Amino acid sequence: MLRRPHYFAVALVVLLTLLVLSLPASITARLKLAIGSLFLPLFGLTSGAQQASTKATDTLVPRGELARQNEVLRRENQQLRVQAIQSDELLRENNRLRQALGWEAQSPWKGRLKLAKVVSRDPANWWRTVQIDRGTKDGIKEDCAVLTPEGLVGKIYSVSLTRSQVVLVGDPSCKVAALVENDVRDGGVVGPGGPFDGSFATMKHLSRNANLKPGQNVVTSGLGGVFPKGIAIGKIADVHPSESSLTTDAQIKLNARLDALEEVWVLIKQ
Amino acid sequence: MSALHHTLIFAAAFLAVFCQSAFGGLRHLLGAQIDLLPALMVYAALNAGLVTVMSFALFAGLLFDSLSANPLGTTVMPLLIIGVMIQFRRDLILRDQIFAQVLIGLLASAIAPVLSVLMLLSGRHEPLIGWGSLWQWIVMAVGGAVATPVLFFLFGWFNRTFGYRPVIETSFRDDREIRRGRN
Repeated sequence: MLRRPHYFAVALVVLLTLLVLSLPASITARLKLAIGSLFLPLFGLTSGAQQASTKATDTLVPRGELARQNEVLRRENQQLRVQAIQSDELLRENNRLRQALGWEAQSPWKGRLKLAKVVSRDPANWWRTVQIDRGTKDGIKEDCAVLTPEGLVGKIYSVSLTRSQVVLVGDPSCKVAALVENDVRDGGVVGPGGPFDGSFATMKHLSRNANLKPGQNVVTSGLGGVFPKGIAIGKIADVHPSESSLTTDAQIKLNARLDALEEVWVLIKQ
Repeated sequence: MSALHHTLIFAAAFLAVFCQSAFGGLRHLLGAQIDLLPALMVYAALNAGLVTVMSFALFAGLLFDSLSANPLGTTVMPLLIIGVMIQFRRDLILRDQIFAQVLIGLLASAIAPVLSVLMLLSGRHEPLIGWGSLWQWIVMAVGGAVATPVLFFLFGWFNRTFGYRPVIETSFRDDREIRRGRN
């Protein structure tokens, strides 16, 4: 049985917890980052161990295999360079046309992408967030877009000096203005998927008469102001009317493998 | 309970939160991450005093929330409720029985996520919940139930190995020794 001082002590802890819960978001974000920094040595240790094992594996790869991989990469690099020349020309042409029409010029991504390593995932099952090893010292700010070569990953939710929390596509806190690459370019919002499978998200607020078919690509529309236009999100997997029957919902199979993220690119805001 | 024992419980909470965040093997395999903190709270509540239980709830809860998108303090309350409930009835619990450990671990691990989600919903947050959450809840409850006796065994082993052994008292006292002879 508990005695009277025990009840007082429990009440004190409850009050303290309620006080922490009612603190302003900016203060709790700082507190979280401060407490989370206790784990930095362990995350560093894990990263060091992974690097050591990768180096050990690299030394075991035969020289012939390395030479073959080198040759493949060299050819791929040459191909990409040729494509880059063409895309540079297209960019210049696009900017000229935008200038002629009086539209704002699109800023190129070149030099604005930062590679980051995923160091941890959300320990709770009801959020989809990860932490990366880049922070304000690398120029990262809140709401920067995070992507992989396959497609959109999410956006920066909170930042500290050396770490950032990324909220992934499919989390309730990450809603993306998107459009379907069909004839009409139907627009909607990509929001949370189910809690079980992280590779799906739901696209809502699509027109009831939208011409949607499984396999159509879904990309960012650039309307929300957070994500630049044209980043691939995924493909339509299933289409069904919404609960109110006024709009259509689509199940999106995400391009980026969010459950196996190791490295991501952060698009720094200008 | 020794200082080493207390330190071990807190260190285990620190490592548990780190492992849940850094290693996703079970998450890939089962579709849900197992939470070890309720199982650790069961051990702390059955083997330590109320002060340890309360400080454990604060320490582990804040650590967990610092790596999660939960608002800071969300996990403290469920852990505290579980710890105080067990403390309240701990004289009636057969803590050395594996069946009791499994059952209490199951209940604690089942209650903790429900309380956390209720706290989030009452704070007008939108956690990712659906029919799939039912499976995740079962995995968390069963995982906690399995982990509880394992933690009891590991802590017992640590205590036996690194704790001070009780001094065996004998009836011999040198001041009462009857010395024969002249010196």
